[in-house]
Amino acid sequence: MVDPRLSVIKKRLKDINNIIAVASGKGGVGKSMVSSLLALHLASQDKKVGLLDLDVYGPSTHIILGIPFQKFPEEDRGIIPPVFHGIKFMSIVFYSEDKPGAFRGIDVSNIIRELLAITQWGSLDYLIIDLPPGIGDETLDVINLIQPTEFLIVSTPSKVAMGAVEKLIDLLLELHLPIIGVVENMKIGDSNYVKQIVTSKDVRYLGSIQFVPALEEAIGDSSKLLKTPFIKDLERIIKKSL
Amino acid sequence: MHEWALAESIITTAVEVAEREKLKKIEEIDISLGELQQIEEDIFRFALDEILKSMNLRNIKIVIETENAVFECNKCKHTWNFEKDKLDEAEAEAIHFLPEMAFVHMRCPSCGSPDFTVIKGRGVSITSIKGEK
Repeated sequence: MVDPRLSVIKKRLKDINNIIAVASGKGGVGKSMVSSLLALHLASQDKKVGLLDLDVYGPSTHIILGIPFQKFPEEDRGIIPPVFHGIKFMSIVFYSEDKPGAFRGIDVSNIIRELLAITQWGSLDYLIIDLPPGIGDETLDVINLIQPTEFLIVSTPSKVAMGAVEKLIDLLLELHLPIIGVVENMKIGDSNYVKQIVTSKDVRYLGSIQFVPALEEAIGDSSKLLKTPFIKDLERIIKKSL
Repeated sequence: MHEWALAESIITTAVEVAEREKLKKIEEIDISLGELQQIEEDIFRFALDEILKSMNLRNIKIVIETENAVFECNKCKHTWNFEKDKLDEAEAEAIHFLPEMAFVHMRCPSCGSPDFTVIKGRGVSITSIKGEK
Protein backbone atom coordinates (compact mmCIF):
# COMPACT_ATOMS: atom_id res chain seq x y z
CA MET A 1 0.00 0.00 0.00
CA VAL A 2 1.34 3.41 -0.98
CA ASP A 3 0.01 6.65 0.46
CA PRO A 4 -0.39 8.83 -2.67
CA ARG A 5 -0.91 12.05 -0.73
CA LEU A 6 2.76 12.43 0.15
CA SER A 7 3.84 12.94 -3.46
CA VAL A 8 1.63 15.99 -4.10
CA ILE A 9 2.32 17.91 -0.91
CA LYS A 10 5.46 19.50 -2.39
CA LYS A 11 3.51 20.45 -5.50
CA ARG A 12 0.81 22.18 -3.42
CA LEU A 13 3.45 24.26 -1.60
CA LYS A 14 5.77 25.00 -4.51
CA ASP A 15 4.63 28.59 -5.09
CA ILE A 16 5.03 29.67 -1.48
CA ASN A 17 8.10 31.79 -0.78
CA ASN A 18 8.24 31.46 3.01
CA ILE A 19 6.70 28.85 5.29
CA ILE A 20 6.74 29.80 8.96
CA ALA A 21 5.63 27.38 11.67
CA VAL A 22 4.70 29.13 14.91
CA ALA A 23 5.57 26.66 17.63
CA SER A 24 6.18 26.29 21.35
CA GLY A 25 6.95 23.49 23.74
CA LYS A 26 4.20 24.77 26.04
CA GLY A 27 0.51 25.53 25.68
CA GLY A 28 -1.12 28.83 26.58
CA VAL A 29 1.84 31.00 25.58
CA GLY A 30 0.00 32.77 22.75
CA LYS A 31 1.09 30.84 19.64
CA SER A 32 -2.29 31.21 17.98
CA MET A 33 -2.36 34.91 18.79
CA VAL A 34 1.11 35.36 17.29
CA SER A 35 0.18 33.26 14.21
CA SER A 36 -3.08 35.11 13.63
CA LEU A 37 -1.70 38.61 14.15
CA LEU A 38 1.40 37.85 12.13
CA ALA A 39 -0.82 36.76 9.23
CA LEU A 40 -3.09 39.77 9.73
CA HIS A 41 -0.19 42.21 9.85
CA LEU A 42 1.51 40.76 6.74
CA ALA A 43 -1.80 40.86 4.85
CA SER A 44 -2.26 44.50 5.87
CA GLN A 45 1.15 45.16 4.28
CA ASP A 46 -0.21 43.79 0.96
CA LYS A 47 1.67 40.52 1.27
CA LYS A 48 0.01 37.37 -0.08
CA VAL A 49 -0.57 35.36 3.09
CA GLY A 50 -2.00 31.98 4.02
CA LEU A 51 -2.79 30.75 7.52
CA LEU A 52 -3.05 27.02 8.24
CA ASP A 53 -4.34 26.06 11.67
CA LEU A 54 -2.90 22.65 12.55
CA ASP A 55 -4.03 22.68 16.16
CA VAL A 56 -6.53 19.93 15.42
CA TYR A 57 -7.67 19.44 19.03
CA GLY A 58 -8.19 23.09 19.79
CA PRO A 59 -8.20 25.23 16.66
CA SER A 60 -8.51 28.85 17.70
CA THR A 61 -7.22 31.14 14.95
CA HIS A 62 -10.76 31.39 13.55
CA ILE A 63 -11.92 32.69 16.96
CA ILE A 64 -9.12 35.24 17.17
CA LEU A 65 -9.73 36.55 13.64
CA GLY A 66 -13.53 36.28 13.78
CA ILE A 67 -13.71 33.87 10.84
CA PRO A 68 -17.07 32.19 10.17
CA PHE A 69 -16.80 28.44 9.60
CA GLN A 70 -20.35 27.36 8.78
CA LYS A 71 -19.74 26.94 5.05
CA PHE A 72 -17.51 24.35 3.36
CA PRO A 73 -14.66 25.88 1.34
CA GLU A 74 -15.12 25.76 -2.44
CA GLU A 75 -13.70 22.92 -4.53
CA ASP A 76 -11.74 23.35 -7.71
CA ARG A 77 -9.26 20.57 -8.38
CA GLY A 78 -8.81 20.48 -4.64
CA ILE A 79 -9.96 22.74 -1.83
CA ILE A 80 -9.66 26.49 -2.29
CA PRO A 81 -8.88 28.17 1.05
CA PRO A 82 -11.41 30.96 1.58
CA VAL A 83 -10.05 34.47 2.05
CA PHE A 84 -10.79 36.48 5.20
CA HIS A 85 -9.16 39.84 5.99
CA GLY A 86 -6.86 39.24 2.99
CA ILE A 87 -5.67 35.90 4.42
CA LYS A 88 -6.17 32.54 2.69
CA PHE A 89 -7.38 30.46 5.60
CA MET A 90 -7.57 26.72 6.24
CA SER A 91 -8.57 24.88 9.40
CA ILE A 92 -10.38 21.66 10.27
CA VAL A 93 -13.04 23.84 11.83
CA PHE A 94 -14.71 24.11 8.41
CA TYR A 95 -15.41 20.37 8.65
CA SER A 96 -15.69 19.75 12.39
CA GLU A 97 -18.32 22.46 12.98
CA ASP A 98 -16.08 23.39 15.94
CA LYS A 99 -17.10 20.18 17.73
CA PRO A 100 -14.55 18.01 19.60
CA GLY A 101 -12.80 15.12 17.90
CA ALA A 102 -11.21 12.15 19.68
CA PHE A 103 -8.19 11.83 17.40
CA ARG A 104 -5.35 9.42 18.07
CA GLY A 105 -1.84 10.04 16.68
CA ILE A 106 -2.43 8.30 13.34
CA ASP A 107 -5.63 10.27 12.86
CA VAL A 108 -3.82 13.57 13.45
CA SER A 109 -1.22 12.60 10.83
CA ASN A 110 -3.97 11.65 8.41
CA ILE A 111 -5.72 15.00 8.90
CA ILE A 112 -2.48 16.89 8.26
CA ARG A 113 -1.58 14.82 5.18
CA GLU A 114 -5.08 15.17 3.77
CA LEU A 115 -5.21 18.95 4.30
CA LEU A 116 -1.76 19.41 2.78
CA ALA A 117 -2.61 17.20 -0.21
CA ILE A 118 -5.93 18.78 -1.13
CA THR A 119 -5.50 22.48 -0.26
CA GLN A 120 -4.64 24.61 -3.29
CA TRP A 121 -2.79 27.59 -1.78
CA GLY A 122 -1.57 28.98 -5.09
CA SER A 123 1.11 31.63 -4.93
CA LEU A 124 1.90 33.11 -1.49
CA ASP A 125 4.59 35.29 0.04
CA TYR A 126 4.03 33.66 3.43
CA LEU A 127 2.27 30.59 4.76
CA ILE A 128 1.91 30.78 8.53
CA ILE A 129 1.27 27.48 10.28
CA ASP A 130 -0.20 27.55 13.76
CA LEU A 131 1.07 24.45 15.57
CA PRO A 132 -0.27 22.96 18.80
CA PRO A 133 2.08 22.85 21.80
CA GLY A 134 4.79 20.26 22.19
CA ILE A 135 6.73 17.96 19.95
CA GLY A 136 3.87 15.70 18.89
CA ASP A 137 2.54 14.42 15.59
CA GLU A 138 1.74 17.85 14.20
CA THR A 139 5.24 19.24 14.76
CA LEU A 140 6.88 16.05 13.49
CA ASP A 141 4.69 15.96 10.38
CA VAL A 142 5.52 19.58 9.61
CA ILE A 143 9.23 18.76 10.02
CA ASN A 144 8.94 15.70 7.75
CA LEU A 145 6.47 16.86 5.13
CA ILE A 146 6.98 20.61 4.73
CA GLN A 147 10.44 21.64 3.74
CA PRO A 148 11.84 24.13 4.19
CA THR A 149 9.89 25.37 7.19
CA GLU A 150 11.31 28.03 9.45
CA PHE A 151 10.28 27.92 13.09
CA LEU A 152 9.14 30.95 15.02
CA ILE A 153 9.11 29.95 18.67
CA VAL A 154 6.89 31.54 21.28
CA SER A 155 7.43 31.50 25.05
CA THR A 156 6.31 33.50 28.04
CA PRO A 157 8.64 34.81 30.77
CA SER A 158 7.63 31.81 32.90
CA LYS A 159 10.33 29.35 33.90
CA VAL A 160 7.72 26.61 33.54
CA ALA A 161 7.06 27.57 29.90
CA MET A 162 10.74 27.92 29.12
CA GLY A 163 11.41 24.44 30.53
CA ALA A 164 9.31 22.97 27.73
CA VAL A 165 10.35 25.52 25.10
CA GLU A 166 14.00 24.64 25.66
CA LYS A 167 13.26 21.03 24.70
CA LEU A 168 11.71 22.13 21.41
CA ILE A 169 14.66 24.42 20.68
CA ASP A 170 17.12 21.60 21.46
CA LEU A 171 15.30 19.20 19.15
CA LEU A 172 15.16 21.69 16.27
CA LEU A 173 18.86 22.46 16.75
CA GLU A 174 19.70 18.75 16.80
CA LEU A 175 17.85 18.34 13.50
CA HIS A 176 19.59 21.45 12.05
CA LEU A 177 16.21 23.02 11.27
CA PRO A 178 16.00 26.77 10.72
CA ILE A 179 14.82 28.76 13.73
CA ILE A 180 13.88 32.37 13.04
CA GLY A 181 14.08 33.07 16.77
CA VAL A 182 12.15 33.24 20.01
CA VAL A 183 9.40 35.73 20.84
CA GLU A 184 8.77 36.37 24.53
CA ASN A 185 5.04 36.91 24.84
CA MET A 186 2.99 38.30 27.76
CA LYS A 187 6.04 40.09 29.12
CA ILE A 188 5.67 41.54 32.60
CA GLY A 189 8.63 43.07 34.39
CA ASP A 190 12.16 43.27 33.08
CA SER A 191 13.62 39.82 33.68
CA ASN A 192 16.32 38.71 31.24
CA TYR A 193 15.71 35.04 31.98
CA VAL A 194 14.30 34.05 28.54
CA LYS A 195 16.81 36.17 26.63
CA GLN A 196 19.73 34.63 28.50
CA ILE A 197 18.64 31.04 27.88
CA VAL A 198 17.84 31.63 24.22
CA THR A 199 21.08 33.45 23.42
CA SER A 200 23.09 30.82 25.30
CA LYS A 201 21.88 28.36 22.67
CA ASP A 202 22.94 30.68 19.83
CA VAL A 203 19.30 31.24 18.90
CA ARG A 204 18.02 34.76 18.20
CA TYR A 205 15.96 36.43 20.89
CA LEU A 206 13.59 38.49 18.77
CA GLY A 207 12.06 40.63 21.48
CA SER A 208 9.08 40.76 23.75
CA ILE A 209 5.38 41.45 23.44
CA GLN A 210 3.99 43.18 26.49
CA PHE A 211 1.12 41.63 28.42
CA VAL A 212 -2.02 43.42 27.27
CA PRO A 213 -5.04 42.72 29.49
CA ALA A 214 -7.38 44.49 27.03
CA LEU A 215 -6.36 42.19 24.16
CA GLU A 216 -9.23 39.86 25.01
CA GLU A 217 -11.72 42.59 24.06
CA ALA A 218 -10.27 42.79 20.53
CA ILE A 219 -10.57 39.04 19.88
CA GLY A 220 -12.81 38.33 16.93
CA ASP A 221 -12.44 41.83 15.48
CA SER A 222 -9.57 42.19 13.00
CA SER A 223 -9.64 45.99 12.86
CA LYS A 224 -9.47 46.26 16.66
CA LEU A 225 -6.65 43.68 16.73
CA LEU A 226 -4.62 45.78 14.30
CA LYS A 227 -4.77 48.69 16.74
CA THR A 228 -3.59 46.83 19.85
CA PRO A 229 -0.16 47.31 21.47
CA PHE A 230 0.37 43.60 20.70
CA ILE A 231 0.59 44.33 16.99
CA LYS A 232 2.99 47.24 17.58
CA ASP A 233 5.37 44.95 19.45
CA LEU A 234 4.93 42.24 16.82
CA GLU A 235 5.69 44.74 14.02
CA ARG A 236 8.95 45.67 15.72
CA ILE A 237 9.87 41.97 15.94
CA ILE A 238 8.91 41.27 12.33
CA LYS A 239 10.94 44.21 11.03
CA LYS A 240 14.15 42.73 12.32
CA SER A 241 13.42 39.06 11.72
CA LEU A 242 11.36 38.50 8.51
CA MET B 1 -14.16 18.66 -7.01
CA HIS B 2 -11.51 17.57 -4.60
CA GLU B 3 -11.43 14.10 -6.21
CA TRP B 4 -9.18 15.80 -8.75
CA ALA B 5 -6.51 16.51 -6.14
CA LEU B 6 -6.57 12.89 -4.98
CA ALA B 7 -6.43 11.61 -8.57
CA GLU B 8 -3.44 13.87 -9.18
CA SER B 9 -1.74 12.38 -6.12
CA ILE B 10 -2.25 8.86 -7.53
CA ILE B 11 -0.70 9.66 -10.90
CA THR B 12 2.17 11.69 -9.40
CA THR B 13 2.98 8.81 -7.06
CA ALA B 14 2.76 6.21 -9.85
CA VAL B 15 5.19 8.22 -11.98
CA GLU B 16 7.57 8.60 -9.02
CA VAL B 17 7.44 4.88 -8.25
CA ALA B 18 7.98 4.01 -11.94
CA GLU B 19 11.06 6.24 -12.03
CA ARG B 20 12.39 4.76 -8.79
CA GLU B 21 11.80 1.19 -9.99
CA LYS B 22 13.18 2.03 -13.45
CA LEU B 23 10.00 0.97 -15.26
CA LYS B 24 10.00 1.73 -18.99
CA LYS B 25 6.24 1.93 -18.98
CA ILE B 26 3.42 1.89 -16.42
CA GLU B 27 0.88 -0.73 -17.47
CA GLU B 28 -1.55 -0.87 -14.57
CA ILE B 29 -2.37 1.08 -11.42
CA ASP B 30 -4.52 -0.65 -8.80
CA ILE B 31 -6.34 1.70 -6.47
CA SER B 32 -8.31 1.10 -3.31
CA LEU B 33 -11.09 3.54 -2.46
CA GLY B 34 -12.06 3.41 1.19
CA GLU B 35 -15.81 3.60 1.62
CA LEU B 36 -15.49 6.17 4.43
CA GLN B 37 -14.20 8.87 2.07
CA GLN B 38 -17.22 8.41 -0.24
CA ILE B 39 -15.29 9.18 -3.42
CA GLU B 40 -17.51 9.52 -6.50
CA GLU B 41 -15.92 6.84 -8.66
CA ASP B 42 -17.12 8.35 -11.97
CA ILE B 43 -15.64 11.76 -11.14
CA PHE B 44 -12.45 10.15 -9.84
CA ARG B 45 -12.04 8.01 -12.96
CA PHE B 46 -12.71 11.02 -15.21
CA ALA B 47 -10.06 13.03 -13.31
CA LEU B 48 -7.55 10.17 -13.60
CA ASP B 49 -8.16 9.95 -17.38
CA GLU B 50 -7.80 13.70 -17.86
CA ILE B 51 -4.59 13.88 -15.82
CA LEU B 52 -3.11 10.89 -17.69
CA LYS B 53 -3.96 12.56 -21.03
CA SER B 54 -2.44 15.88 -19.91
CA MET B 55 0.79 14.04 -19.04
CA ASN B 56 0.75 12.13 -22.32
CA LEU B 57 0.49 8.82 -20.48
CA ARG B 58 -1.57 6.34 -22.50
CA ASN B 59 -2.74 2.75 -22.35
CA ILE B 60 -2.56 2.50 -18.57
CA LYS B 61 -5.15 0.18 -17.07
CA ILE B 62 -6.77 1.63 -13.96
CA VAL B 63 -8.30 -0.90 -11.58
CA ILE B 64 -10.42 0.56 -8.80
CA GLU B 65 -11.77 -1.46 -5.89
CA THR B 66 -13.89 -0.15 -3.07
CA GLU B 67 -13.02 -1.31 0.43
CA ASN B 68 -15.84 -1.34 2.96
CA ALA B 69 -15.16 0.76 6.03
CA VAL B 70 -14.96 -1.10 9.36
CA PHE B 71 -14.60 0.52 12.77
CA GLU B 72 -13.59 -0.91 16.15
CA CYS B 73 -14.38 0.75 19.46
CA ASN B 74 -11.28 1.22 21.62
CA LYS B 75 -13.43 1.01 24.76
CA CYS B 76 -15.85 -1.91 24.29
CA LYS B 77 -14.22 -3.56 21.20
CA HIS B 78 -17.50 -3.53 19.28
CA THR B 79 -16.97 -3.54 15.49
CA TRP B 80 -19.34 -2.03 12.96
CA ASN B 81 -19.66 -0.89 9.36
CA PHE B 82 -20.09 2.59 7.92
CA GLU B 83 -23.72 3.64 7.78
CA LYS B 84 -23.91 6.86 5.81
CA ASP B 85 -27.67 7.15 6.20
CA LYS B 86 -27.22 7.67 9.97
CA LEU B 87 -25.38 10.95 9.26
CA ASP B 88 -26.92 14.16 8.06
CA GLU B 89 -25.81 15.54 4.69
CA ALA B 90 -23.30 18.04 6.10
CA GLU B 91 -21.70 15.43 8.40
CA ALA B 92 -21.32 12.95 5.53
CA GLU B 93 -19.82 15.67 3.34
CA ALA B 94 -17.36 16.69 6.06
CA ILE B 95 -16.21 13.06 6.27
CA HIS B 96 -15.90 13.01 2.47
CA PHE B 97 -13.43 15.93 2.66
CA LEU B 98 -11.62 14.75 5.80
CA PRO B 99 -12.36 11.12 6.75
CA GLU B 100 -11.17 11.78 10.35
CA MET B 101 -14.29 13.88 10.82
CA ALA B 102 -15.82 10.45 11.54
CA PHE B 103 -14.37 10.94 15.05
CA VAL B 104 -16.33 14.17 15.34
CA HIS B 105 -19.63 13.08 13.83
CA MET B 106 -19.82 9.37 14.77
CA ARG B 107 -19.88 7.41 18.02
CA CYS B 108 -19.63 3.70 18.86
CA PRO B 109 -23.19 2.41 18.31
CA SER B 110 -22.78 0.02 21.23
CA CYS B 111 -21.33 2.16 24.07
CA GLY B 112 -21.35 5.71 22.65
CA SER B 113 -17.58 6.16 22.88
CA PRO B 114 -15.94 8.67 20.51
CA ASP B 115 -12.68 6.68 20.81
CA PHE B 116 -12.60 4.17 17.97
CA THR B 117 -10.30 3.05 15.16
CA VAL B 118 -10.91 2.89 11.44
CA ILE B 119 -9.79 -0.72 10.90
CA LYS B 120 -10.10 -0.46 7.11
CA GLY B 121 -11.70 1.47 4.30
CA ARG B 122 -10.50 4.97 5.24
CA GLY B 123 -9.50 6.60 1.98
CA VAL B 124 -7.56 6.47 -1.26
CA SER B 125 -4.47 4.31 -1.60
CA ILE B 126 -2.44 2.58 -4.29
CA THR B 127 -2.32 -1.19 -3.84
CA SER B 128 -0.14 -2.02 -6.84
CA ILE B 129 1.69 -0.49 -9.80
CA LYS B 130 2.58 -2.83 -12.63
CA GLY B 131 4.88 -2.04 -15.52
CA GLU B 132 7.46 -3.10 -18.03
CA LYS B 133 11.10 -3.09 -16.89
